[in-house]
Amino acid sequence: MKEYLLLNLRALKGRAYPRVVGGTRELSWIFFDTVLPLLTVAAYVFVYKYLGTFEGPQQEYIAQFIGYVILGGAMTAYWMNVLWSMAAQFYWEKEIGNLQLYMIAPMSRMAVLGGMALGGMFYTSVRAISTIVIGVLIFGVTFSLGPPIYLVLVFILTLIALYGMGMLFASLYMIYGREAWHMSSLLTEPIYLVSGFYFPVRYLGSIVALSASIIPITLGLDALRQLMFTETAGIHGFLPVEVELVALAVLSVLFLFLARHSLRFMENLGRKTGRLTMRWQ
Amino acid sequence: MAMKENLRTLLGAGWLGWQMEANWTDPFLFLVYSVAKPVSGALILVFMYIVILGGVAAQSTAFAYIFLGNAFFIYVGQVLFGVTWVIHEDREHFQTLKLIYISPISFYYYIIGRAGSKILIATIAVVVTLLFGVFALGIPVDAFTMDWGLLILCLTVGMACLVSIGIALAGITFLTAKHSGGINEGIAGLFYVFCGVVFPITQLPAWGQSLGYAIPVTYWLEAMRKALLPAQQLQGTGLQGIENIWLVALLAVSALFFYFLSILIFRLGDYLARRAGKIDMTTAY
Repeated sequence: MKEYLLLNLRALKGRAYPRVVGGTRELSWIFFDTVLPLLTVAAYVFVYKYLGTFEGPQQEYIAQFIGYVILGGAMTAYWMNVLWSMAAQFYWEKEIGNLQLYMIAPMSRMAVLGGMALGGMFYTSVRAISTIVIGVLIFGVTFSLGPPIYLVLVFILTLIALYGMGMLFASLYMIYGREAWHMSSLLTEPIYLVSGFYFPVRYLGSIVALSASIIPITLGLDALRQLMFTETAGIHGFLPVEVELVALAVLSVLFLFLARHSLRFMENLGRKTGRLTMRWQ
Repeated sequence: MAMKENLRTLLGAGWLGWQMEANWTDPFLFLVYSVAKPVSGALILVFMYIVILGGVAAQSTAFAYIFLGNAFFIYVGQVLFGVTWVIHEDREHFQTLKLIYISPISFYYYIIGRAGSKILIATIAVVVTLLFGVFALGIPVDAFTMDWGLLILCLTVGMACLVSIGIALAGITFLTAKHSGGINEGIAGLFYVFCGVVFPITQLPAWGQSLGYAIPVTYWLEAMRKALLPAQQLQGTGLQGIENIWLVALLAVSALFFYFLSILIFRLGDYLARRAGKIDMTTAY
Protein backbone atom coordinates (compact mmCIF):
# COMPACT_ATOMS: atom_id res chain seq x y z
CA MET A 1 0.00 0.00 0.00
CA LYS A 2 2.76 2.41 1.03
CA GLU A 3 4.76 1.44 -2.04
CA TYR A 4 1.77 2.08 -4.31
CA LEU A 5 1.19 5.45 -2.68
CA LEU A 6 4.84 6.43 -3.17
CA LEU A 7 4.68 5.25 -6.77
CA ASN A 8 1.67 7.48 -7.44
CA LEU A 9 3.27 10.44 -5.70
CA ARG A 10 6.33 9.97 -7.93
CA ALA A 11 4.05 9.81 -10.97
CA LEU A 12 2.29 12.95 -9.85
CA LYS A 13 5.58 14.77 -9.41
CA GLY A 14 6.90 13.37 -12.68
CA ARG A 15 3.90 14.66 -14.66
CA ALA A 16 3.90 18.04 -12.95
CA TYR A 17 7.63 18.53 -13.56
CA PRO A 18 7.61 19.06 -17.36
CA ARG A 19 4.87 21.65 -17.02
CA VAL A 20 6.76 23.64 -14.43
CA VAL A 21 10.11 23.33 -16.21
CA GLY A 22 8.63 23.58 -19.73
CA GLY A 23 7.12 26.92 -18.85
CA THR A 24 10.51 28.34 -17.95
CA ARG A 25 12.41 26.74 -20.85
CA GLU A 26 10.30 28.56 -23.43
CA LEU A 27 11.03 32.13 -22.46
CA SER A 28 8.64 33.50 -25.06
CA TRP A 29 5.84 31.73 -23.13
CA ILE A 30 6.32 34.09 -20.22
CA PHE A 31 5.68 37.03 -22.52
CA PHE A 32 2.78 35.45 -24.39
CA ASP A 33 1.12 34.10 -21.27
CA THR A 34 1.39 37.20 -19.14
CA VAL A 35 1.51 40.43 -21.12
CA LEU A 36 -0.45 39.68 -24.28
CA PRO A 37 -3.66 38.24 -22.75
CA LEU A 38 -3.91 41.43 -20.70
CA LEU A 39 -4.85 43.27 -23.85
CA THR A 40 -8.28 41.64 -24.07
CA VAL A 41 -8.86 42.45 -20.42
CA ALA A 42 -7.76 46.04 -21.12
CA ALA A 43 -10.31 46.27 -23.94
CA TYR A 44 -13.13 45.35 -21.57
CA VAL A 45 -11.83 47.86 -19.04
CA PHE A 46 -12.01 50.58 -21.70
CA VAL A 47 -15.54 49.44 -22.60
CA TYR A 48 -16.60 50.01 -18.98
CA LYS A 49 -14.79 53.34 -18.92
CA TYR A 50 -16.56 54.35 -22.13
CA LEU A 51 -19.97 53.21 -20.85
CA GLY A 52 -19.25 55.12 -17.66
CA THR A 53 -19.32 58.36 -19.66
CA PHE A 54 -23.08 57.88 -20.12
CA GLU A 55 -25.69 58.14 -17.42
CA GLY A 56 -26.92 54.77 -16.20
CA PRO A 57 -27.99 52.80 -13.14
CA GLN A 58 -24.46 51.49 -12.41
CA GLN A 59 -22.48 54.59 -13.36
CA GLU A 60 -21.22 55.10 -9.80
CA TYR A 61 -19.77 51.57 -9.65
CA ILE A 62 -17.60 51.69 -12.79
CA ALA A 63 -14.41 51.40 -10.71
CA GLN A 64 -15.70 48.16 -9.19
CA PHE A 65 -16.71 46.81 -12.60
CA ILE A 66 -13.18 47.46 -13.84
CA GLY A 67 -11.93 45.43 -10.87
CA TYR A 68 -14.40 42.65 -11.73
CA VAL A 69 -13.06 42.53 -15.29
CA ILE A 70 -9.46 42.26 -14.13
CA LEU A 71 -10.34 39.48 -11.70
CA GLY A 72 -12.41 37.73 -14.37
CA GLY A 73 -9.58 38.12 -16.87
CA ALA A 74 -7.17 36.53 -14.40
CA MET A 75 -9.52 33.60 -13.86
CA THR A 76 -9.86 32.99 -17.61
CA ALA A 77 -6.27 31.71 -17.44
CA TYR A 78 -7.42 28.84 -15.18
CA TRP A 79 -10.41 28.04 -17.34
CA MET A 80 -8.26 27.96 -20.49
CA ASN A 81 -5.74 25.78 -18.69
CA VAL A 82 -8.47 23.36 -17.61
CA LEU A 83 -9.88 23.18 -21.14
CA TRP A 84 -6.66 22.88 -23.11
CA SER A 85 -4.15 21.41 -20.70
CA MET A 86 -6.44 19.12 -18.71
CA ALA A 87 -9.56 18.23 -20.70
CA ALA A 88 -7.95 18.04 -24.13
CA GLN A 89 -4.58 16.83 -22.86
CA PHE A 90 -5.24 13.09 -23.13
CA TYR A 91 -6.34 13.72 -26.69
CA TRP A 92 -2.96 15.44 -27.28
CA GLU A 93 -1.12 12.65 -25.49
CA LYS A 94 -2.86 10.12 -27.72
CA GLU A 95 -1.96 12.07 -30.83
CA ILE A 96 1.73 12.20 -29.92
CA GLY A 97 1.86 8.63 -28.66
CA ASN A 98 2.20 9.18 -24.90
CA LEU A 99 -1.20 7.86 -23.85
CA GLN A 100 -0.32 4.24 -24.48
CA LEU A 101 2.78 4.68 -22.31
CA TYR A 102 0.61 5.94 -19.46
CA MET A 103 -1.62 2.90 -19.90
CA ILE A 104 1.17 0.35 -19.60
CA ALA A 105 2.83 2.12 -16.66
CA PRO A 106 1.87 0.71 -13.21
CA MET A 107 0.59 3.95 -11.62
CA SER A 108 -2.97 5.27 -11.34
CA ARG A 109 -4.15 7.46 -14.19
CA MET A 110 -5.51 9.83 -11.54
CA ALA A 111 -1.91 10.46 -10.45
CA VAL A 112 -1.04 11.51 -14.00
CA LEU A 113 -4.06 13.83 -14.10
CA GLY A 114 -3.19 15.14 -10.65
CA GLY A 115 0.34 15.95 -11.83
CA MET A 116 -1.01 17.70 -14.89
CA ALA A 117 -3.31 19.71 -12.63
CA LEU A 118 -0.56 20.71 -10.19
CA GLY A 119 1.85 21.70 -12.95
CA GLY A 120 -0.92 23.54 -14.75
CA MET A 121 -1.94 25.40 -11.61
CA PHE A 122 1.64 26.56 -11.15
CA TYR A 123 2.21 28.11 -14.54
CA THR A 124 -1.35 29.37 -14.81
CA SER A 125 -0.99 31.13 -11.48
CA VAL A 126 1.96 33.04 -12.94
CA ARG A 127 -0.29 34.35 -15.68
CA ALA A 128 -3.25 35.03 -13.38
CA ILE A 129 -1.20 36.85 -10.76
CA SER A 130 0.52 38.91 -13.47
CA THR A 131 -2.86 39.91 -14.89
CA ILE A 132 -4.05 41.10 -11.49
CA VAL A 133 -0.82 42.90 -10.57
CA ILE A 134 -0.44 44.66 -13.93
CA GLY A 135 -4.16 45.40 -14.06
CA VAL A 136 -4.07 46.93 -10.60
CA LEU A 137 -0.99 49.00 -11.43
CA ILE A 138 -2.23 50.27 -14.81
CA PHE A 139 -5.90 50.82 -14.04
CA GLY A 140 -5.55 51.75 -10.40
CA VAL A 141 -7.97 49.16 -9.02
CA THR A 142 -8.42 49.30 -5.26
CA PHE A 143 -9.70 46.36 -3.26
CA SER A 144 -11.70 46.31 -0.06
CA LEU A 145 -10.85 42.84 1.19
CA GLY A 146 -13.04 40.55 3.28
CA PRO A 147 -11.77 37.88 5.71
CA PRO A 148 -8.48 36.46 4.33
CA ILE A 149 -9.32 32.92 5.47
CA TYR A 150 -12.45 32.99 3.31
CA LEU A 151 -10.43 34.30 0.37
CA VAL A 152 -7.91 31.48 0.66
CA LEU A 153 -10.60 28.83 1.14
CA VAL A 154 -12.66 30.04 -1.82
CA PHE A 155 -9.62 30.17 -4.07
CA ILE A 156 -8.35 26.71 -3.11
CA LEU A 157 -11.79 25.07 -3.32
CA THR A 158 -12.43 26.75 -6.68
CA LEU A 159 -9.20 25.35 -8.08
CA ILE A 160 -9.83 21.85 -6.68
CA ALA A 161 -13.37 21.78 -8.09
CA LEU A 162 -12.24 23.29 -11.38
CA TYR A 163 -9.35 20.91 -11.92
CA GLY A 164 -11.58 18.04 -10.77
CA MET A 165 -13.91 19.04 -13.57
CA GLY A 166 -10.87 19.12 -15.87
CA MET A 167 -10.02 15.55 -14.85
CA LEU A 168 -13.60 14.49 -15.60
CA PHE A 169 -13.43 16.15 -19.01
CA ALA A 170 -10.04 14.53 -19.66
CA SER A 171 -11.57 11.10 -19.16
CA LEU A 172 -14.47 11.97 -21.46
CA TYR A 173 -12.18 13.43 -24.12
CA MET A 174 -9.81 10.46 -23.95
CA ILE A 175 -11.42 8.53 -26.76
CA TYR A 176 -12.40 11.59 -28.77
CA GLY A 177 -10.75 12.57 -32.01
CA ARG A 178 -10.83 16.13 -33.30
CA GLU A 179 -14.13 16.60 -31.42
CA ALA A 180 -12.01 17.16 -28.30
CA TRP A 181 -10.26 20.17 -29.80
CA HIS A 182 -13.50 21.65 -31.10
CA MET A 183 -15.33 20.95 -27.86
CA SER A 184 -12.71 22.86 -25.87
CA SER A 185 -12.88 25.66 -28.39
CA LEU A 186 -16.66 25.75 -28.03
CA LEU A 187 -16.45 25.99 -24.24
CA THR A 188 -14.69 29.35 -24.18
CA GLU A 189 -16.92 32.34 -25.02
CA PRO A 190 -20.21 30.63 -24.02
CA ILE A 191 -18.70 29.83 -20.61
CA TYR A 192 -17.25 33.35 -20.28
CA LEU A 193 -20.81 34.53 -20.81
CA VAL A 194 -22.78 32.24 -18.49
CA SER A 195 -20.16 32.21 -15.73
CA GLY A 196 -20.01 36.00 -15.61
CA PHE A 197 -16.29 36.42 -16.26
CA TYR A 198 -16.73 40.06 -17.27
CA PHE A 199 -19.84 41.11 -15.34
CA PRO A 200 -21.54 39.83 -12.17
CA VAL A 201 -23.38 36.58 -12.88
CA ARG A 202 -26.51 37.70 -10.99
CA TYR A 203 -27.43 39.92 -13.97
CA LEU A 204 -28.08 36.80 -16.06
CA GLY A 205 -31.03 35.96 -13.81
CA SER A 206 -31.34 33.33 -11.09
CA ILE A 207 -32.13 30.39 -13.36
CA VAL A 208 -29.14 30.92 -15.69
CA ALA A 209 -26.83 31.78 -12.80
CA LEU A 210 -27.89 28.68 -10.84
CA SER A 211 -27.51 26.46 -13.90
CA ALA A 212 -24.07 27.94 -14.59
CA SER A 213 -23.05 27.20 -11.00
CA ILE A 214 -22.26 23.63 -12.01
CA ILE A 215 -19.11 25.20 -13.45
CA PRO A 216 -17.06 25.87 -10.30
CA ILE A 217 -15.58 29.09 -11.61
CA THR A 218 -19.04 30.71 -11.63
CA LEU A 219 -19.43 30.49 -7.86
CA GLY A 220 -15.71 30.88 -7.22
CA LEU A 221 -15.49 34.09 -9.19
CA ASP A 222 -18.65 35.49 -7.63
CA ALA A 223 -17.36 34.71 -4.13
CA LEU A 224 -13.91 36.16 -4.88
CA ARG A 225 -15.51 39.37 -6.16
CA GLN A 226 -17.62 39.64 -3.03
CA LEU A 227 -14.55 39.10 -0.86
CA MET A 228 -12.31 41.50 -2.78
CA PHE A 229 -14.90 44.25 -3.26
CA THR A 230 -16.83 44.02 -0.01
CA GLU A 231 -18.58 47.39 -0.37
CA THR A 232 -20.53 46.17 -3.43
CA ALA A 233 -20.92 42.52 -2.35
CA GLY A 234 -24.54 43.03 -1.38
CA ILE A 235 -25.37 44.80 -4.65
CA HIS A 236 -23.57 42.64 -7.22
CA GLY A 237 -23.14 39.29 -5.44
CA PHE A 238 -25.23 36.30 -6.47
CA LEU A 239 -25.36 34.06 -3.34
CA PRO A 240 -23.92 34.55 0.18
CA VAL A 241 -20.21 33.65 0.28
CA GLU A 242 -20.81 30.92 2.90
CA VAL A 243 -23.30 29.17 0.61
CA GLU A 244 -20.89 29.42 -2.32
CA LEU A 245 -18.11 28.00 -0.16
CA VAL A 246 -20.19 24.94 0.74
CA ALA A 247 -21.28 24.50 -2.86
CA LEU A 248 -17.64 24.63 -4.02
CA ALA A 249 -16.69 21.98 -1.44
CA VAL A 250 -19.49 19.73 -2.69
CA LEU A 251 -18.46 20.28 -6.31
CA SER A 252 -14.82 19.44 -5.45
CA VAL A 253 -15.77 16.06 -4.00
CA LEU A 254 -18.31 15.38 -6.73
CA PHE A 255 -15.98 16.09 -9.65
CA LEU A 256 -13.06 14.11 -8.22
CA PHE A 257 -15.37 11.15 -7.55
CA LEU A 258 -16.92 11.34 -11.03
CA ALA A 259 -13.51 11.77 -12.67
CA ARG A 260 -12.15 8.62 -11.02
CA HIS A 261 -15.09 6.49 -12.14
CA SER A 262 -15.41 8.05 -15.54
CA LEU A 263 -11.71 7.54 -16.19
CA ARG A 264 -12.02 3.83 -15.49
CA PHE A 265 -15.18 3.50 -17.59
CA MET A 266 -13.80 5.41 -20.57
CA GLU A 267 -10.50 3.57 -20.45
CA ASN A 268 -12.32 0.24 -20.62
CA LEU A 269 -14.52 1.55 -23.41
CA GLY A 270 -11.44 2.78 -25.26
CA ARG A 271 -9.76 -0.61 -24.88
CA LYS A 272 -12.86 -2.41 -26.20
CA THR A 273 -13.34 -0.12 -29.19
CA GLY A 274 -9.62 0.17 -29.92
CA ARG A 275 -9.63 3.96 -29.77
CA LEU A 276 -6.94 4.49 -27.17
CA THR A 277 -4.15 4.42 -29.71
CA MET A 278 -6.05 5.74 -32.71
CA ARG A 279 -4.42 8.91 -34.03
CA TRP A 280 -5.31 11.66 -36.49
CA GLN A 281 -9.04 10.91 -36.50
CA MET B 1 1.65 27.68 -65.99
CA ALA B 2 2.76 28.69 -62.47
CA MET B 3 -0.51 30.62 -62.10
CA LYS B 4 -2.49 27.49 -62.91
CA GLU B 5 -0.45 25.45 -60.43
CA ASN B 6 -0.93 28.07 -57.71
CA LEU B 7 -4.67 28.24 -58.35
CA ARG B 8 -4.86 24.46 -58.04
CA THR B 9 -2.91 24.67 -54.77
CA LEU B 10 -5.28 27.35 -53.50
CA LEU B 11 -8.38 25.30 -54.29
CA GLY B 12 -6.92 22.05 -52.97
CA ALA B 13 -5.76 23.67 -49.73
CA GLY B 14 -9.12 25.41 -49.34
CA TRP B 15 -10.95 22.13 -49.75
CA LEU B 16 -8.58 20.40 -47.31
CA GLY B 17 -9.04 23.18 -44.77
CA TRP B 18 -12.81 22.95 -45.04
CA GLN B 19 -12.73 19.18 -44.50
CA MET B 20 -10.48 19.58 -41.46
CA GLU B 21 -12.74 22.24 -40.01
CA ALA B 22 -16.09 20.68 -40.75
CA ASN B 23 -16.06 16.92 -41.23
CA TRP B 24 -15.51 16.00 -37.57
CA THR B 25 -19.24 16.15 -36.94
CA ASP B 26 -22.62 16.40 -38.66
CA PRO B 27 -23.57 19.68 -40.40
CA PHE B 28 -26.12 20.70 -37.75
CA LEU B 29 -23.68 20.39 -34.85
CA PHE B 30 -21.05 22.17 -36.92
CA LEU B 31 -23.48 25.04 -37.53
CA VAL B 32 -24.29 25.26 -33.80
CA TYR B 33 -20.57 25.22 -33.01
CA SER B 34 -19.84 27.92 -35.59
CA VAL B 35 -22.60 30.16 -34.28
CA ALA B 36 -22.45 29.63 -30.49
CA LYS B 37 -19.00 31.14 -30.03
CA PRO B 38 -19.46 34.46 -31.84
CA VAL B 39 -22.99 35.01 -30.55
CA SER B 40 -21.79 34.37 -26.99
CA GLY B 41 -18.93 36.80 -27.52
CA ALA B 42 -21.41 39.44 -28.67
CA LEU B 43 -23.73 38.67 -25.77
CA ILE B 44 -20.95 39.34 -23.25
CA LEU B 45 -20.77 42.90 -24.55
CA VAL B 46 -24.56 43.15 -24.70
CA PHE B 47 -24.83 42.19 -21.03
CA MET B 48 -22.03 44.56 -20.04
CA TYR B 49 -23.97 47.29 -21.82
CA ILE B 50 -27.30 46.31 -20.25
CA VAL B 51 -25.82 46.11 -16.75
CA ILE B 52 -24.30 49.59 -16.94
CA LEU B 53 -26.88 51.47 -19.00
CA GLY B 54 -30.03 49.51 -18.23
CA GLY B 55 -30.83 48.41 -21.81
CA VAL B 56 -29.61 48.43 -25.41
CA ALA B 57 -32.05 51.20 -26.36
CA ALA B 58 -30.07 53.67 -24.25
CA GLN B 59 -27.45 55.42 -26.44
CA SER B 60 -28.42 53.23 -29.42
CA THR B 61 -25.77 54.75 -31.73
CA ALA B 62 -23.03 53.78 -29.27
CA PHE B 63 -24.53 50.31 -28.97
CA ALA B 64 -24.57 49.85 -32.76
CA TYR B 65 -20.94 51.04 -32.88
CA ILE B 66 -19.88 48.45 -30.29
CA PHE B 67 -21.94 45.62 -31.71
CA LEU B 68 -20.86 46.07 -35.34
CA GLY B 69 -17.19 46.47 -34.41
CA ASN B 70 -17.33 43.28 -32.38
CA ALA B 71 -19.18 41.39 -35.14
CA PHE B 72 -16.62 42.23 -37.83
CA PHE B 73 -13.75 41.58 -35.45
CA ILE B 74 -14.68 37.89 -35.73
CA TYR B 75 -12.84 37.98 -39.06
CA VAL B 76 -9.69 39.30 -37.41
CA GLY B 77 -9.59 36.59 -34.74
CA GLN B 78 -10.52 33.76 -37.08
CA VAL B 79 -8.23 34.68 -39.95
CA LEU B 80 -5.17 35.49 -37.82
CA PHE B 81 -5.67 32.43 -35.66
CA GLY B 82 -6.50 30.22 -38.63
CA VAL B 83 -3.48 31.13 -40.73
CA THR B 84 -0.88 30.78 -38.00
CA TRP B 85 -2.50 27.64 -36.62
CA VAL B 86 -1.92 25.93 -39.97
CA ILE B 87 1.82 25.87 -39.26
CA HIS B 88 1.35 24.49 -35.77
CA GLU B 89 -1.33 21.99 -36.74
CA ASP B 90 0.49 20.62 -39.78
CA ARG B 91 3.87 20.56 -38.04
CA GLU B 92 3.01 19.12 -34.65
CA HIS B 93 -0.43 17.60 -34.76
CA PHE B 94 -0.71 15.91 -38.12
CA GLN B 95 3.06 16.06 -38.68
CA THR B 96 2.52 16.65 -42.39
CA LEU B 97 4.37 19.95 -42.74
CA LYS B 98 7.55 18.30 -44.01
CA LEU B 99 5.53 16.29 -46.52
CA ILE B 100 3.83 19.41 -47.85
CA TYR B 101 7.25 21.07 -48.04
CA ILE B 102 8.65 18.41 -50.36
CA SER B 103 5.59 18.35 -52.60
CA PRO B 104 5.80 20.43 -55.82
CA ILE B 105 3.54 23.28 -54.66
CA SER B 106 3.99 26.81 -53.34
CA PHE B 107 3.68 26.65 -49.56
CA TYR B 108 2.70 30.32 -49.51
CA TYR B 109 -0.34 29.63 -51.70
CA TYR B 110 -1.10 26.53 -49.67
CA ILE B 111 -1.49 28.70 -46.55
CA ILE B 112 -3.62 31.23 -48.39
CA GLY B 113 -5.86 28.37 -49.50
CA ARG B 114 -6.17 27.08 -45.94
CA ALA B 115 -7.06 30.63 -44.85
CA GLY B 116 -9.91 30.58 -47.38
CA SER B 117 -11.78 27.96 -45.35
CA LYS B 118 -11.32 30.07 -42.21
CA ILE B 119 -12.75 33.11 -44.00
CA LEU B 120 -15.76 31.06 -45.08
CA ILE B 121 -16.46 29.91 -41.51
CA ALA B 122 -15.89 33.42 -40.15
CA THR B 123 -18.35 34.76 -42.73
CA ILE B 124 -21.05 32.39 -41.45
CA ALA B 125 -20.38 33.58 -37.89
CA VAL B 126 -20.38 37.27 -38.86
CA VAL B 127 -23.63 36.96 -40.82
CA VAL B 128 -25.37 35.10 -37.98
CA THR B 129 -24.12 37.64 -35.42
CA LEU B 130 -25.32 40.53 -37.58
CA LEU B 131 -28.72 38.89 -38.09
CA PHE B 132 -28.96 38.38 -34.32
CA GLY B 133 -28.12 42.04 -33.80
CA VAL B 134 -30.66 43.25 -36.33
CA PHE B 135 -33.58 41.02 -35.38
CA ALA B 136 -33.05 40.45 -31.65
CA LEU B 137 -31.35 43.66 -30.58
CA GLY B 138 -32.74 46.16 -33.06
CA ILE B 139 -29.51 47.31 -34.77
CA PRO B 140 -30.96 49.46 -37.59
CA VAL B 141 -29.13 47.88 -40.55
CA ASP B 142 -31.27 48.12 -43.68
CA ALA B 143 -30.35 46.19 -46.83
CA PHE B 144 -31.93 48.95 -48.98
CA THR B 145 -30.00 51.86 -47.49
CA MET B 146 -26.60 50.32 -46.78
CA ASP B 147 -23.63 51.08 -49.03
CA TRP B 148 -23.11 47.75 -50.79
CA GLY B 149 -20.26 49.01 -52.94
CA LEU B 150 -18.22 50.18 -49.94
CA LEU B 151 -19.04 46.97 -48.07
CA ILE B 152 -17.87 44.61 -50.82
CA LEU B 153 -14.80 46.68 -51.71
CA CYS B 154 -13.59 47.13 -48.12
CA LEU B 155 -14.43 43.57 -47.17
CA THR B 156 -12.28 42.25 -50.03
CA VAL B 157 -9.34 44.58 -49.40
CA GLY B 158 -9.62 44.07 -45.64
CA MET B 159 -9.50 40.28 -46.04
CA ALA B 160 -6.39 40.57 -48.21
CA CYS B 161 -4.80 42.70 -45.52
CA LEU B 162 -5.75 40.30 -42.70
CA VAL B 163 -4.50 37.25 -44.58
CA SER B 164 -1.20 39.06 -45.21
CA ILE B 165 -0.81 39.87 -41.51
CA GLY B 166 -1.71 36.25 -40.71
CA ILE B 167 0.97 34.95 -43.09
CA ALA B 168 3.56 37.23 -41.51
CA LEU B 169 2.62 35.75 -38.13
CA ALA B 170 2.79 32.26 -39.64
CA GLY B 171 6.40 33.06 -40.58
CA ILE B 172 7.11 33.80 -36.91
CA THR B 173 5.26 30.64 -35.86
CA PHE B 174 7.86 28.59 -37.78
CA LEU B 175 10.27 29.51 -35.01
CA THR B 176 8.05 29.21 -31.95
CA ALA B 177 6.88 26.22 -29.92
CA LYS B 178 3.41 24.89 -29.11
CA HIS B 179 2.16 28.28 -28.01
CA SER B 180 1.56 29.84 -31.43
CA GLY B 181 -1.95 30.42 -30.06
CA GLY B 182 -0.35 33.00 -27.77
CA ILE B 183 0.87 35.04 -30.73
CA ASN B 184 -2.61 35.07 -32.24
CA GLU B 185 -4.23 35.87 -28.93
CA GLY B 186 -1.76 38.66 -28.35
CA ILE B 187 -1.96 40.27 -31.78
CA ALA B 188 -5.74 39.92 -31.88
CA GLY B 189 -5.82 41.44 -28.37
CA LEU B 190 -3.61 44.29 -29.55
CA PHE B 191 -6.01 45.03 -32.38
CA TYR B 192 -9.00 44.63 -30.04
CA VAL B 193 -7.68 47.35 -27.76
CA PHE B 194 -6.15 49.82 -30.18
CA CYS B 195 -8.38 49.65 -33.28
CA GLY B 196 -11.64 51.04 -31.93
CA VAL B 197 -13.42 47.70 -32.01
CA VAL B 198 -15.69 48.01 -28.98
CA PHE B 199 -15.03 51.59 -27.90
CA PRO B 200 -13.86 54.70 -29.78
CA ILE B 201 -10.08 55.05 -29.85
CA THR B 202 -10.48 58.53 -28.40
CA GLN B 203 -10.89 56.73 -25.04
CA LEU B 204 -7.24 55.65 -25.26
CA PRO B 205 -4.30 57.75 -24.10
CA ALA B 206 -2.61 59.80 -26.84
CA TRP B 207 0.10 57.21 -27.55
CA GLY B 208 -2.60 54.51 -27.81
CA GLN B 209 -4.57 56.61 -30.28
CA SER B 210 -1.45 57.10 -32.42
CA LEU B 211 -0.91 53.34 -32.44
CA GLY B 212 -4.55 52.79 -33.40
CA TYR B 213 -4.27 55.20 -36.31
CA ALA B 214 -1.27 53.22 -37.61
CA ILE B 215 -3.14 49.90 -37.79
CA PRO B 216 -5.27 49.29 -40.90
CA VAL B 217 -7.89 47.32 -38.95
CA THR B 218 -9.00 50.64 -37.40
CA TYR B 219 -9.95 52.04 -40.82
CA TRP B 220 -11.38 48.75 -41.98
CA LEU B 221 -13.83 48.56 -39.06
CA GLU B 222 -14.81 52.20 -39.56
CA ALA B 223 -15.47 51.48 -43.25
CA MET B 224 -17.61 48.45 -42.36
CA ARG B 225 -19.69 50.56 -39.96
CA LYS B 226 -20.09 53.28 -42.56
CA ALA B 227 -21.15 50.72 -45.15
CA LEU B 228 -23.79 49.14 -42.92
CA LEU B 229 -25.10 52.29 -41.22
CA PRO B 230 -24.30 55.19 -43.56
CA ALA B 231 -26.79 57.52 -41.87
CA GLN B 232 -25.98 56.70 -38.24
CA GLN B 233 -22.42 57.51 -37.27
CA LEU B 234 -21.16 57.90 -33.73
CA GLN B 235 -19.51 61.22 -32.98
CA GLY B 236 -16.19 61.52 -31.16
CA THR B 237 -14.63 58.36 -32.62
CA GLY B 238 -11.65 60.25 -34.04
CA LEU B 239 -12.43 58.90 -37.51
CA GLN B 240 -15.80 60.40 -38.34
CA GLY B 241 -14.32 63.11 -40.60
CA ILE B 242 -12.55 60.73 -42.98
CA GLU B 243 -14.19 60.39 -46.40
CA ASN B 244 -15.00 56.91 -47.70
CA ILE B 245 -12.59 57.28 -50.61
CA TRP B 246 -9.72 57.90 -48.20
CA LEU B 247 -10.72 54.93 -46.07
CA VAL B 248 -10.57 52.70 -49.16
CA ALA B 249 -7.27 54.22 -50.27
CA LEU B 250 -5.71 53.73 -46.82
CA LEU B 251 -6.87 50.13 -46.75
CA ALA B 252 -5.54 49.41 -50.23
CA VAL B 253 -2.12 50.87 -49.47
CA SER B 254 -1.82 49.04 -46.16
CA ALA B 255 -2.94 45.77 -47.76
CA LEU B 256 -0.18 46.16 -50.35
CA PHE B 257 2.37 47.01 -47.66
CA PHE B 258 1.44 44.00 -45.53
CA TYR B 259 1.46 41.75 -48.61
CA PHE B 260 5.13 42.50 -49.27
CA LEU B 261 5.93 42.43 -45.55
CA SER B 262 4.28 39.03 -45.20
CA ILE B 263 6.41 37.60 -48.03
CA LEU B 264 9.53 38.97 -46.38
CA ILE B 265 8.75 37.68 -42.88
CA PHE B 266 7.45 34.36 -44.14
CA ARG B 267 10.60 33.70 -46.18
CA LEU B 268 12.84 34.77 -43.31
CA GLY B 269 10.93 32.55 -40.83
CA ASP B 270 11.09 29.67 -43.28
CA TYR B 271 14.85 30.15 -43.82
CA LEU B 272 15.65 30.40 -40.11
CA ALA B 273 13.42 27.41 -39.25
CA ARG B 274 15.21 25.27 -41.83
CA ARG B 275 18.59 26.37 -40.50
CA ALA B 276 17.54 25.57 -36.92
CA GLY B 277 15.93 22.26 -37.90
CA LYS B 278 12.51 23.37 -36.69
CA ILE B 279 10.42 22.39 -39.70
CA ASP B 280 9.34 19.11 -38.10
CA MET B 281 9.67 20.24 -34.48
CA THR B 282 7.19 18.81 -31.97
CA THR B 283 6.67 20.26 -28.51
CA ALA B 284 4.47 18.63 -25.92
CA TYR B 285 4.85 19.96 -22.44
